[in-house]
Amino acid sequence: MNKIVKFILLDILKNKIVVLYTLLLAVFSWSAFGMEDNSTKGILTLLNLILLTVPLIAILFSTIYIYNSSEFIELLLSQPIKRKKIWSSMFVGLITSFILAFTIGAGIPLLIYAPTNVGLMMFAIGIIISAVFVSLAFLSSILTRDKAKGIGIAVLLWMYFALLFDALVLFLTFQFGDYPIEKMMVGITATSPIDLARIMVLLHLDVSAMMGYTGAIFKDFFGTPLGLSIAFALLVLWIAIPYWISLRLFKTRDL
Amino acid sequence: MIELKNISKNFGKLNVLNNISLQFNKGECIALIGPNGCGKTTLIKSILGMVLPNSGEILFNNQNILNSVEYRKNIGYMPQIGRYPENMSIGQVIDTIRQIRMHETASDEELMEQFKLPSLFDKKMHTLSGGTTQKVSATIAFLFNPDVLILDEPTAGLDPLASEILKEKIIREKEKGKLILITSHLLSELDDLITHIIYMQDGTVVFHKHINDIKRETGEERISRSIAQILRKQAV
Repeated sequence: MNKIVKFILLDILKNKIVVLYTLLLAVFSWSAFGMEDNSTKGILTLLNLILLTVPLIAILFSTIYIYNSSEFIELLLSQPIKRKKIWSSMFVGLITSFILAFTIGAGIPLLIYAPTNVGLMMFAIGIIISAVFVSLAFLSSILTRDKAKGIGIAVLLWMYFALLFDALVLFLTFQFGDYPIEKMMVGITATSPIDLARIMVLLHLDVSAMMGYTGAIFKDFFGTPLGLSIAFALLVLWIAIPYWISLRLFKTRDL
Repeated sequence: MIELKNISKNFGKLNVLNNISLQFNKGECIALIGPNGCGKTTLIKSILGMVLPNSGEILFNNQNILNSVEYRKNIGYMPQIGRYPENMSIGQVIDTIRQIRMHETASDEELMEQFKLPSLFDKKMHTLSGGTTQKVSATIAFLFNPDVLILDEPTAGLDPLASEILKEKIIREKEKGKLILITSHLLSELDDLITHIIYMQDGTVVFHKHINDIKRETGEERISRSIAQILRKQAV
């Protein structure tokens, strides 16, 4: 493994906040499954908790970590290392630590209580969502030099995707409820990684039957192997594009 | 050894470096002085490739440094403020830097020993005082026996004993024929160290002279006094 990745990974794994985050996930997951006799209910409870907390912690912690590393990045830059390598090592280090935290905290109970397709899907979604929000953290921390502003951008991004987006969708549904907007809704969903993730898990549970006509359209699209692959591809783009933009900016950045 | 040709840099509307041309050679120990915000650190960071100038070019051993990283093998850099990942120990930081520079076998641990760092190797970086952090920075700068040393306010925050150790080390390295660039506010500290002085103001070089020339012109024995005299003359 790359030396810088190893170093960053070790540093993060010893961080108290990351340890606390792992514990929190573990408590959520074990109690969600422990209190429900049926694993579908457990997964639904866990889904909502994970889609709220994982993005928040991933984006906030990563943004703050990148800002706090600015002097260390300078020191690395004074060594014979390419900028791209420094930035990508930070990225890999942060993503790996969040994947580890999620696997230990939520992955293990998921695989024990729900070793089904849905359980595996939840596991994959948790990992992808962690990566998406680490990637967004790289974008928000390169956009401005000011730490407070950068954290502000990170919080706004989280708030938009976790809360405001749903309100926006609800508003659209009410306003244009008389028109056949179901197909358009599929397209709009693709613009939020959290909703994309939520739908992918919900469609693998039987509850999708309760979502009415829109649910049926969603099932028609995301339920097929093609739709599923497209959804995964979109989530991968949500990881790649913010990071790619941040890398472009970092390469010409004055430190 | 290092040549700057017409370097200009502006941050937004602020002109930090204004058409600067300088040449540094082996065996020189150069002090970069000037008021706060005159562009000293920006100049140093341009040489290290951390700041990318808007125009002009920088040559290291006649090679343009743009898009090159290899030249930094020959540079040891000590930053003004060192900050390291909090949960790592001194030993881990030094080991990592060593592994990054793997290909270089010759390592100079003199400073590490004199600062008595090995006994602190297990201490976490966030528990260290500012002075100890500076000692780690200095150790890393000198560790790989580089041909060029760039020290940004090296003695700030160090106790008198450590600062004396560092000064003696700088003198020894200078005598080995290395190029040393120092920025400092404390002129009195530089007396027996330096061979040249560059005085910067508002992003331009006011003068770049050999220390003996300065002393002869002003008739003063101490650097701080001669600089003060020059500046007084300019003000008039």
